[in-house]
Amino acid sequence: MSNGLALLSIFVLAVFVGFEVVAKVSTTLHTPLMSGANAIHGIILVGAIEVASNATSNLPTVLSILAIVLATINMVGGFVVTDRMLEMFKGKKKEVK
Amino acid sequence: MNSNLYGLLGLVAAVCFILALKGLSSPKSARRGNIIGAIGATLGTILVFWAPGGHHKNLIPILGAIAFGVLVGVPAARRIQMTQMPQLVALFNGVGGGAAALVSTVEYLRLGKGATSAEIIATVFTVVVGCVSFSGSIITFLKLQEIMTTRPVVFPGGRFVIAGTLAALLGSAGWVINSGGTKPLVIMGALALAFGVLFVLPVGGADVPIVISLLNAFTGLTVAASGYVLQATLLIVAGTLVGASGTILTRLMAAAMGRSLFGTLFGAFTAKPQESSGAAEVRSVKSGSADDVAILLNYAQRVVIVPGFGLAVAQAQHTVRELADLLASKGVDVAYGIHPVAGRMPGHMNVLLAEANVPYEQLVEMEEVNPTFPQTDVVLVVGANDVVNPAAKTTPGCPIYGMPILDVAQAGNVIFLKRSMRPGFAGIENELLYDPKTTLLFGDAKDSLTKVVSALKAL
Repeated sequence: MSNGLALLSIFVLAVFVGFEVVAKVSTTLHTPLMSGANAIHGIILVGAIEVASNATSNLPTVLSILAIVLATINMVGGFVVTDRMLEMFKGKKKEVK
Repeated sequence: MNSNLYGLLGLVAAVCFILALKGLSSPKSARRGNIIGAIGATLGTILVFWAPGGHHKNLIPILGAIAFGVLVGVPAARRIQMTQMPQLVALFNGVGGGAAALVSTVEYLRLGKGATSAEIIATVFTVVVGCVSFSGSIITFLKLQEIMTTRPVVFPGGRFVIAGTLAALLGSAGWVINSGGTKPLVIMGALALAFGVLFVLPVGGADVPIVISLLNAFTGLTVAASGYVLQATLLIVAGTLVGASGTILTRLMAAAMGRSLFGTLFGAFTAKPQESSGAAEVRSVKSGSADDVAILLNYAQRVVIVPGFGLAVAQAQHTVRELADLLASKGVDVAYGIHPVAGRMPGHMNVLLAEANVPYEQLVEMEEVNPTFPQTDVVLVVGANDVVNPAAKTTPGCPIYGMPILDVAQAGNVIFLKRSMRPGFAGIENELLYDPKTTLLFGDAKDSLTKVVSALKAL
């Protein structure tokens, strides 16, 4: 019970942090920010690996392995595509200087 | 691994995610922020193999599945064209939501009767929202990829079907919470998948990116809830961060388009059916040649270039810059008028023009550029349509009504570079095309611009 409460506290505090960190972002960065946040929720991979490594029968094993594939695509693909978007901003800064 | 050390390193990974989002909010630190996020994700992934109290089974299939995921995800992200990035993000978001739903299902099966009611509620939430996010994202992908129609899909009695599905979904959720078992869970998942499809179908046109952002926030919350089921702090922190920041981002995006979130999601149900008057009548437009356009531009004092999705499709960002530089060298005052949602995603145009090294000072946002249109001689609209469509001001009930637009009609001349008379993404006729001061130059944006550049050099 107290463990559940601790997890709930973490959740509530994280909500406020999430609101704060993106409070003032320019429209220019909306797309990369969405894409970056998208990559971050690929961290469900950690959960997928955890359930896969505890799976004993067939159905849970198959489902959790499938989850690992999907989560990896989300996470790795997400970070790569965000980096590609942001790569283009770098060239611009050189030009300004 | 010692459980304290394990928890501490998990905390480091969570802090990485906070720093990543913080970094992504500012142009200077954005790329570094993304890399910090990737480091946090890698750390978290490596860490879980040393989780204290784990059984560490199935190591080979797990590593194989990760390798397979990398082999699919990285080339997809590397090879995708700039124009297709929005749908790729939608697809990545969908598979993430699907993964979260699967994870909670597996854990639910393992806990069986031993699950606490809080865990069951969290599982129900994950499966429902994860499945909605999965099927909804697939539909947005199909829409943006233009595999299916980009228009809102509304069918007679649609709202009753949606309300009925939602009621059945809530009923099945109650069933799972009350009696448990696998069968109710599967039925609930199927209903949630159907609801995801129905929920996105009526959303059309320029509102699709807002829906991607919303589904992204949904997936974040799903991950947080599965973190509760698994008692994994890192998942709770990361998922909640994405859920909260995604909600803010969705609201900012909706605000940039001048619509309420509610209107975006349910607009298709409340909108009056569009009259198709004038669709049959053939109206004349003034189309010009590249030489005509070059002459107009050459004798202008001030030119504003309005880029849109057509620029991205034609990959014409370098050519447009060449034209702008050429005009600037002739003493013409050149600026780019950037609508916040031009293209298929907010900021799309900024990314594209940055690729062509367009100086940042030339990119003028909507609020600043609009008052300057009366003093502008020529507006060059390159592959944009909805963002300059006066129907957003004049036609209540049309899908983009209320969206702030670039007021290009105030300028002396308007030149549209268009591939055809086909309406824009939102599927609405643009009255401005028929305006006497409008000249149309048909063709691929890049070809047309190249022709204008050479005509201008010859003058």
